[in-house]
Amino acid sequence: MKVYMDNAATTKLSPDVLNAMMPYLTDIYGNASSVHAFGREAREGVEHARNQVAAAINASPDEIFFTAGGTESDNMAIKGVAHKYAKKGKHIITTAIEHHAVLHTCEALEKEGYEVTYLPVDEDGLISVEQVRAAMRDDTLLVTVMFANNEVGTIEPIAEIGALCRERNVLFHTDAVQAVCHIPIDVRAMNIDLMSISAHKFHGPKGIGALYCRKGIVLEPVIVGGAQERKRRAGTENVAGIVGLGAAIERAHKNMSADMARVSALRDKLISGILKNIPHVKLNGHPTQRLPQNVNFSIRYIEGESILLMLDINGIAASSGSACTSGSLDPSHVLLAMGIPHEIAHGSLRLTLSDMTTDEEVDYVLETLTKTVKRLRDMSPLVPAGTVY
Amino acid sequence: MYTEKVMDHFTHPRNMGEVKDANGVGTVGNAKCGDIMQMFIKVNDDGIIEDVGFKTFGCGAAIATSSMATELIKGKSVDDALKLTNSAVVEALEGLPPVKLHCSVLAEEAVKAAVDNYKENMKKEAESKADNSVSA
Repeated sequence: MKVYMDNAATTKLSPDVLNAMMPYLTDIYGNASSVHAFGREAREGVEHARNQVAAAINASPDEIFFTAGGTESDNMAIKGVAHKYAKKGKHIITTAIEHHAVLHTCEALEKEGYEVTYLPVDEDGLISVEQVRAAMRDDTLLVTVMFANNEVGTIEPIAEIGALCRERNVLFHTDAVQAVCHIPIDVRAMNIDLMSISAHKFHGPKGIGALYCRKGIVLEPVIVGGAQERKRRAGTENVAGIVGLGAAIERAHKNMSADMARVSALRDKLISGILKNIPHVKLNGHPTQRLPQNVNFSIRYIEGESILLMLDINGIAASSGSACTSGSLDPSHVLLAMGIPHEIAHGSLRLTLSDMTTDEEVDYVLETLTKTVKRLRDMSPLVPAGTVY
Repeated sequence: MYTEKVMDHFTHPRNMGEVKDANGVGTVGNAKCGDIMQMFIKVNDDGIIEDVGFKTFGCGAAIATSSMATELIKGKSVDDALKLTNSAVVEALEGLPPVKLHCSVLAEEAVKAAVDNYKENMKKEAESKADNSVSA
């Protein structure tokens, strides 16, 4: 049996989305900026997708800018605001558990002389609006807090932070790559000024994303060249990708409430099954304020990469925050920021579901994981004598 | 990423587990870094490693290098075991990704730690025998 449980990394392209894209990969090949009929036809696809994206998050279409994905959207928002509004101040507030697309962008700005406050999180991976309030200064020009964490699934108090930022007249960006189409988002009601979106996290194509940028906010462009995307982002439009993003967001948004209920139930079955079958494990992330598709455990006495390899041999795709899988010597910065010790963070396992996940797949993962953990613990010198596992 | 040989030793580790009557035990690595190897050897009166076992906390490469190291020293004299190099382990596994080479170093160190422990035990045993004969 083959089971894909790494949907936070990327998802399978939906056949409906592919169908929507096909004409733009074949017959409709004009440059969307050209005046002729070929170009106008491509332009129609782009603008239709812009409407679809705007509708899904309660924005207006002229607030949607297409990019090459979540990382570019994060760069465009944070650098764009920092460079444009540097006169207001050079202080940025973010969190210790952001995606590297945000963290490394902030670090790059620090080298340019900006000051960044990295807010610590609690043991569930949450920050509070009080922390943001306490960190605010007269020269704070941007707050950037992820909507939901990609590793542990914790959902941050975005509406509260948005209200605070609006009240204090500070721009607010959120990296919502893991949240869009998985939980309800309303950029108006939540007072979000800028928001990053990535299509391949909700069964859309890779290499395409969007940045929502509230009307009236000007960004210094990161990619310069032609006048595409109202001079915010140069480069010939990825028409098929844009159409795919539009189709994917509309599809996922339409089914969201039913999918949320079904996927959450599967998630909870997986969580309670692991807690029942496997001793010496701990659920990482907030127990209730978490993404419907995220399961993350620390499994004591064994190491993440060996868990992944053994699951992979049995057809299961998952991921881990261990150092061996991150390509560095340290385990996941998210788990460490949550106060999880190194040796326990090395044994983390992330299983991320999608609306395509089935009940049988959850059963198979539970059965296989239980055997895998037992086998690896048989080999581990860390299991204290007399421990039942 | 891993060779077939590495995957074979990962999925079917040789000599896995403690050796009950081991007379040399070595532990190297550190859980903070994500690798711990424990090596057990039972050396007979002729100085030959009669039995060997390992327990490892770590990635696929850590488990495979431990397993391969036990195969390479089983039946050898302790002095030959001390000559085991990390590159010999890598070669026997038909290669390791560069970021995993430290696992083979750990395997070499685990063997050395077990042999050192065995030699210490022998020394202590000889000393206590000498003490006993004096007091007698």
